[in-house]
Amino acid sequence: MRLLTHNMLSCNIKGVTNGFPLIIEAEKVLEKPVDLNPDFLRNMFHKVEWKALVDAAKSLGYSELPESVDPAMLESPEFLHRFHHALLELHLEEGALVCPETGRKFPVNKGIPNMLLHEDEV
Amino acid sequence: MASRPELQAPPEIFYDDTEARKYTSSSRIIDIQARLSERALELLALPDDGIPRLLLDIGCGSGLSGETLSENGHVWVGLDISQSMLNIALEREAEGDLLLGDMGQGLGLRPGVIDGAISISAVQWLCNADKSSHEPRLRLKAFFGSLYRCLARGARAVFQVYPESIAQRELILSSAMRAGFAGGVVVDYPHSSKSRKEYLVLTCGPPSISTAVPKGKGDDGESSSDESSGDDENRTVSISDRHRPRKKQKLNKRGKGREWVLKKKEQMRRKGNVVPPDSKFTARKRKARF
Repeated sequence: MRLLTHNMLSCNIKGVTNGFPLIIEAEKVLEKPVDLNPDFLRNMFHKVEWKALVDAAKSLGYSELPESVDPAMLESPEFLHRFHHALLELHLEEGALVCPETGRKFPVNKGIPNMLLHEDEV
Repeated sequence: MASRPELQAPPEIFYDDTEARKYTSSSRIIDIQARLSERALELLALPDDGIPRLLLDIGCGSGLSGETLSENGHVWVGLDISQSMLNIALEREAEGDLLLGDMGQGLGLRPGVIDGAISISAVQWLCNADKSSHEPRLRLKAFFGSLYRCLARGARAVFQVYPESIAQRELILSSAMRAGFAGGVVVDYPHSSKSRKEYLVLTCGPPSISTAVPKGKGDDGESSSDESSGDDENRTVSISDRHRPRKKQKLNKRGKGREWVLKKKEQMRRKGNVVPPDSKFTARKRKARF
């Protein structure tokens, strides 16, 4: 699972008001290089919750993202490269996602988070 | 034709390893899936500016539909309830991220982040209650409600569906409308029974010009032979065959009558069989109270 998906994903348990961001417990992290597309990054920049991305990247062991950003930084190729690396190239392969409110664990196996809820959580 | 998969078992059980394997080995299934997802992407009507969009593939299964999205340069996230199908997707090295989840429980996604959603032959599963806790109406509501939230303003969602009946289509459509979607059903090849395909085209937000439902293919009697020429066993019955009159039935309503019985008895006598003599009762109808 890429951090792009992590940044979109929130906890879906009934009654949880603030299920975002899910805390990452990483056991195995992979890096899969993909082509950089500046247009896509500029498009996604406004949708990404920056703080959640920085924290998620840190929990995967990548801490080169700046803490605060503004759209002007999108012009810098170096920033774009880091953004791209964190958003699309880091993969959480094994581990778990933890709901910040209830502490419920969603296991991640082979890069696929199991988001199935139990019947009493729907 | 085999009966509908929805009637056989819940999706997480029906799509087991053997069923999932078909999605890599059968070129026919692969071909159909690719064609359906291409059409769905076309109906999604994303702006043609070459910028990759973040799309959602609901019921992505083995990632066949996602492959079409990747080929068109988009980034996608897939959701499916069957682990076996997702394993196949991993095997096929699907480029999108995969999630194991149940769409009937709602999509746990942040509001307004997704640029479009497609779903190939999945939404009709929501109409079934596979567990005692399942209530199709509530599951459809949870699904469409959460989908509406996570889509960006003006984004579209295209679902290819196989509704079992008119009532099922109504149920799906009314749930979508109640969640706030505008749109309707696009039917490709409405005159053909096999290549007829229904697409639910929904737009997030109030009705406007952009929410006008596009026209289906083959709407004006155009035949689908050019489309389905590839698969011979899938050839549909042409209309002239269907309307050919049945063979004339010799039996009329009143039964065979006295003359017929007398003629038959005469024939049997000539053959030398023992036949009761003719009388005023021969071939007479019994009274109703008998």
